[in-house]
Amino acid sequence: MQIGILALQGDFELHQTTLNRLEVKSTLIRKPSQLVDCDGLIIPGGESTTLVKLLRNIELIAPIRHFATHRPIFGTCAGSILLATEIANHSMETLGLIEATIERNAYGRQIDSFIYTLQLNLNDKKYEFEGVFIRAPEIKSVGQDVKVLGVVSGQSEGENIVLAENDQILIATFHPELTQDDLVHRYFIDKVRTKSKN
Amino acid sequence: MWLLDDEYRKKVALAEMLKGGVIMDVTNVEQAKIAEDAGAVSVMALERIPADIRRDGGVARMSDPLLIREIQESVTIPVMAKCRIGHFAEAQILESLEVDFIDESEVLTPADEKYHIDKWPFKVPFVCGCRNLGEALRRIAEGAALIRTKGEPGTGNIIEAVRHMRSVQTEIKRIRSLGNEELVDLGKTLGAPVELIRNLKEIGKLPVPNFAAGGVATPADASLMMQLGAETVFVGSGIYKSDNPAARAQAIVHATTHYMDPDEVAKASEGIGVAMKGLEIESIPEAERMQERGW
Repeated sequence: MQIGILALQGDFELHQTTLNRLEVKSTLIRKPSQLVDCDGLIIPGGESTTLVKLLRNIELIAPIRHFATHRPIFGTCAGSILLATEIANHSMETLGLIEATIERNAYGRQIDSFIYTLQLNLNDKKYEFEGVFIRAPEIKSVGQDVKVLGVVSGQSEGENIVLAENDQILIATFHPELTQDDLVHRYFIDKVRTKSKN
Repeated sequence: MWLLDDEYRKKVALAEMLKGGVIMDVTNVEQAKIAEDAGAVSVMALERIPADIRRDGGVARMSDPLLIREIQESVTIPVMAKCRIGHFAEAQILESLEVDFIDESEVLTPADEKYHIDKWPFKVPFVCGCRNLGEALRRIAEGAALIRTKGEPGTGNIIEAVRHMRSVQTEIKRIRSLGNEELVDLGKTLGAPVELIRNLKEIGKLPVPNFAAGGVATPADASLMMQLGAETVFVGSGIYKSDNPAARAQAIVHATTHYMDPDEVAKASEGIGVAMKGLEIESIPEAERMQERGW
């Protein structure tokens, strides 16, 4: 098994460090041709505005959409924005691979970034996880085929979704790659493993 | 150790998100939009680019808060702004404006000839320049969450940034080969806390990201700095003193993303017009060299 990590911009190296720790083979993706040998793809945190432009410049949007028809993708923070179908407070092109409405910089600027203990629900088991939120987006709502795996008590109204998935796509508004806990990455690897068996 | 403090981790985390990108100086809303369209990961809001500060002379200070606010409202990427070395009151103003990063910068006229700002009490992260490892570690000890080379700002001449990046990298390599008994003595020579030197020996790199600044003028300059170990590139005068800023900005972004791929850097360098004329470092009197500011 090999996981591709989109390496146009952002904290892609930290994802690679996590995968190395899990002894999972990974490769950095900067061109469409490099996707071929990958069983899964990670879209890292970074600047979503920048990432969309770079994806377009190198003509990676269509290849990633095609990749998603048979392989899982995991997006963290900016990655989750890129994967969602709708951005609430900004008009931008996205990959549109998971039915979710996301608000960018929902908590404010860097001064409002925070670290908070999350309750995640993976495979019907509850886990505590250290959520690192940096200029983070917020998942406002999700489609019927999307399963909510984690929430945080919102500063505005009620609970906000921070981790969600559909059949192929996993999105987190926080940064598991910035912690020493591999839980969410392991969950994604299992998803990739299940898909590559089929 | 304190590097694992949550407040500090949040600051370094934002620097991590800026990796592999280009941070561009902008002096108005129009330039901020050009930068964002070109694919910049962040913009540095300032009144004058370094080349003009150099030309105009006089005291260079923090920008007008109104300008910073306008730029914040015009883009969605993080906005940085500069304060003078040691001028913590300017830094407090920038924090109150909620800029995403404060650059305690040698481009502005220093306010304190002895002390840099104590950056720990601030919630907004700081970036600081360095010429060598000792300077980098002193700034980190003061709470900087991101380090960049000083280079020689506003010259369009990459030689100083190269010197500073090489100096940091060579020192790091050397420390990795030292025995533990040598570290305290090295701390004395470098003028840096031994805890940071121990940490550096263990992890083999700075505990915060290390970016390049000061003199980048072409896509090839960006690729050079990235290959020498920079994780992101700051560009200012190099864009606006060229004859096609928008095209050059985009080209430098492309070359930074694909810095290891000469075909792509070549493609980025094609037909983007004339680069800024630039300055020989020797032609600048030592007293006017910005890199000599800070200690």
